[in-house]
Amino acid sequence: MKVIKNIGLIIFLVGLSIFTGSIFLGSFNLTSDQLEAFIKEKNYKNELIKDELSKAIVTSENLNIFEFSSRVRNAYKTSNAHYDALIAKYDAEKNWDKKGEQYQYKISGKLHSLSFDLAKKAGKGFVRENQGLLWWLTFGLGILGALLFIFPNYKLLGNPGIKNNGIYLESSTNRGLIAWLVLIYLVGFYLLLYFMPDYVVNWTYIVDPISTFLSGGLASQWFVYGFLYCVIMVVMGVRMYIKYRHNKYQVVRTTSVLFFQIVFAFLIPEIMTSLNMPGYDFKNAFPLDYDFFFEWNLDSLRSSGAIGLFILVWGIVLTLVIVPVMVYFFGKRWYCSWVCGCGGLAETLGDPYRQHSDKSLKAWKLERWLIHSVLAFSLVMTIVTLYCYFTGAYSFLGIKSQFIKDTYSFLIGSWFAGVIGTGFYPIFGNRVWCRFGCPLAAYMGLVQRFKSRFRITTNGGQCISCGNCSTYCEQGIDVRSYAQKGENIVRASCVGCGICSAVCPRGVLKLENGPEKGRINPTDVLLGNDVDLLKLMNEK
Amino acid sequence: MEHIVIIGNGISGVTAARHIRKLSDKKITIISSETEHFFSRTALMYIYMGHMKFENTKPYEDSFWKKNRIKLKKALVKTIDSKNKQLVLDNDQLFAYDKLIIATGSKPNKFGWPGQDLDGVMGMYHKQDLENLEKYAPNNKVCKRAVIVGGGLIGIEFAEMMHSRNIPVTFLVRESSFWNGVLPDQESALINKEILDNHIDLRLGVNLKEIKADKNGRAKSIVIAETGEEIACDVVGLTAGVSPNINFVKESEIETNRGVIVNRFLETSVKDIYAIGDCAEQREAIGQRRPIEAVWYTGRMMGETVAQTICGNRIEYKPGHWFNSAKFMDVEYQTYGWVWAKPRENEARFYWEHKDGKKAIHLNFDKETHEFIGINTFGIRLRHEFFDRVLTEKKSVEYVLEYLADANFDPEFYKQYESEIVAQFNKEHGTAIKVQKKSWKRIFSKA
Repeated sequence: MKVIKNIGLIIFLVGLSIFTGSIFLGSFNLTSDQLEAFIKEKNYKNELIKDELSKAIVTSENLNIFEFSSRVRNAYKTSNAHYDALIAKYDAEKNWDKKGEQYQYKISGKLHSLSFDLAKKAGKGFVRENQGLLWWLTFGLGILGALLFIFPNYKLLGNPGIKNNGIYLESSTNRGLIAWLVLIYLVGFYLLLYFMPDYVVNWTYIVDPISTFLSGGLASQWFVYGFLYCVIMVVMGVRMYIKYRHNKYQVVRTTSVLFFQIVFAFLIPEIMTSLNMPGYDFKNAFPLDYDFFFEWNLDSLRSSGAIGLFILVWGIVLTLVIVPVMVYFFGKRWYCSWVCGCGGLAETLGDPYRQHSDKSLKAWKLERWLIHSVLAFSLVMTIVTLYCYFTGAYSFLGIKSQFIKDTYSFLIGSWFAGVIGTGFYPIFGNRVWCRFGCPLAAYMGLVQRFKSRFRITTNGGQCISCGNCSTYCEQGIDVRSYAQKGENIVRASCVGCGICSAVCPRGVLKLENGPEKGRINPTDVLLGNDVDLLKLMNEK
Repeated sequence: MEHIVIIGNGISGVTAARHIRKLSDKKITIISSETEHFFSRTALMYIYMGHMKFENTKPYEDSFWKKNRIKLKKALVKTIDSKNKQLVLDNDQLFAYDKLIIATGSKPNKFGWPGQDLDGVMGMYHKQDLENLEKYAPNNKVCKRAVIVGGGLIGIEFAEMMHSRNIPVTFLVRESSFWNGVLPDQESALINKEILDNHIDLRLGVNLKEIKADKNGRAKSIVIAETGEEIACDVVGLTAGVSPNINFVKESEIETNRGVIVNRFLETSVKDIYAIGDCAEQREAIGQRRPIEAVWYTGRMMGETVAQTICGNRIEYKPGHWFNSAKFMDVEYQTYGWVWAKPRENEARFYWEHKDGKKAIHLNFDKETHEFIGINTFGIRLRHEFFDRVLTEKKSVEYVLEYLADANFDPEFYKQYESEIVAQFNKEHGTAIKVQKKSWKRIFSKA
């Protein structure tokens, strides 16, 4: 069994290496016809960019992606710098007409994204010509290896039951060297994905056939991400099924997150795109879906007829009605650990790292400040955006609409949710984003804390303070501090994953939706002691 | 300001300190020689198994003690000089108190076996035992076999620990079946199976004769008294129960027996000295309870109670209905009320076991009146509040069965067995009990 596991690991690492190494393959250049078509497609009005790009990449040289990207970005910079200089010049001359004319020639957009668009057309070589083979060598080997690594657990872990054996004895799950290497890889992955997509354009070729099959279009870096996300969740979901095969709550919950990720987050939006509808993830609720009220989305929905209108209404109803009502009846777990994509990844890929969440009071304080600040940030951004959208203004309350949107997207959308939220799994645990950053979680947390039927019931006086519950709480809740006092756990941050209950050796914890009355039950003396003392202490 | 000194930083001493702080402004010092901070002894096994770090076993953050003005002193108490109201510490330092709480817990039993003090022979009780174990049994290359002597709760936990690192285990149990002094035959047999199911070499009805040493004074094998069989091993775990850790009290004028003798107010024979937790022995047993109870929650309850007395509200220690829990490998166990190993004169029993052999329920009730006396449950979690109420209100066994769904405490989506259980009861007793659906109203209606 161990041998199979090790073979699996080697196969997985080979797949991962080929996937990573594929970035460096292939060559990139354009013919003048291709460039012509691109310029037309982009509707660029200036001649300079055409010249610059033509000089840079219409060549018989075999450029690698990094040279290609660098030349493209320089071309755009040169062109924009040229018009900036003209603007400055006409500004100095107070020639407003001429100055105003120049703005249409400036090209907006992130340089790496512009470069991605070109690279996607310009790529040649092994990867692009062998998409099927590459899929098997990367995804194929990765999946096969990972499964071979995971399946032996069925035997190796022993009989069904909680088997956290060795978690704190192994480098990968005890913040050792392997954990740091994984962190570096994940952070690197997210930096490339968010900020340098052109460098990983080869990855998009690998999944082009799948993308074409689903939506009729070629794959973007986001398609790669979405596909990879599903693959990872399924593979690590298999690990969950094996690890918690004795626990039906975990089995059902894992099935639920897999279903919502694959069908709602991945397939439905792709299929909608193929039907010329706006691709929409029907479960992604504002304010987690922070750009729902951005101009481009509202415009796109308004121009998409009945389905656009439906999505608009659905998105609003989801946030204002469905989310709080569901939280009232079931706690925020219905979303965070049953439906959400971020939660889904945390509960599958992140499960081996759940013990790293910080349980200190300091962390709790930080959590409350941070997560509610992000909620406020997202709401302010949305108010500014909507005001500007309806009035046509550029700013509101002294805040520029474009600026606040860009800042939020960069700081919260990319860095917090992605780079830190997932990249830091191996060191800070699997719910950093959900605990400290997610504005939707903050909103649902308020409902859960103040108006909900959900609680984790503590079973009278059975707690022995062992601390398994707190250790394995991914949200950093010191569950034991409640359980050992005989108090129910009612906390805004609880995502109801149910692991505290699963790891408890004495059957002390149960996730329940019951009457609100008596849900919060501060006690001084626990059940089982003298009834008079109980009365004296608990009723004064 | 009155100075309360507590010897021992386990659950009893710490609970007493916390409650005294809640109720008063007295000066509080906790003395311990084991660790600086309170940790959960019950979680030691999980550190070895890699489920937790030592840090995770501490129920309070290190800043908690300063914030609550509870002084922690790392020292070993040599004797109690009750005439002068002071303690003599290991460095002969004197330490004065106004009121003293002895909460020194237990120590593992050793029965004078030859070789019981060799290297590689250890109990599983103190943090130091864990450090020892890491040295002698870090993996199955260094430790090719472990022998565990004594079939109680710590013994089976020790076996589980070894098993978690794939170290072969031989488990010597004196009784003819595991823990059958406490568990009825059916449950005891169920746990025997569970032990064997985990590939542990379970030897029932055998005693240890001696532990043999190699030339370096390290345990190398054990000999079984009954058969003379010698079993090679690298670690010997002695887990034949615990007894009060009170040697240092014996020389004082405080009355002791096996433990420190206390009255119902947890007062010892000397004024202003109290004893709580595992080391306290009730002069007269309370109800059906034993005079010495080495149980986590009784230590906590005594701490809750003694704090009242010390803070001016002199109150008897009156534990409520008996309950307890444990985990045997993968099978969880809870008990509420009394289910004796052998039925008493007035008792009738009902036993249900699931076909997988990992879930069972054993009900004890009065033959004549059908009053519910207690329940053992294996592999199914049950609600403490439900049974506490049932016992207080002296409900019948039929009532318990009818409302068994209210009592269920398993996680959501778990298969429920109430109807299966009740059907079997109906068949055996010719009754027609119908299982009621779970009702929140009943569950939350306080007794």
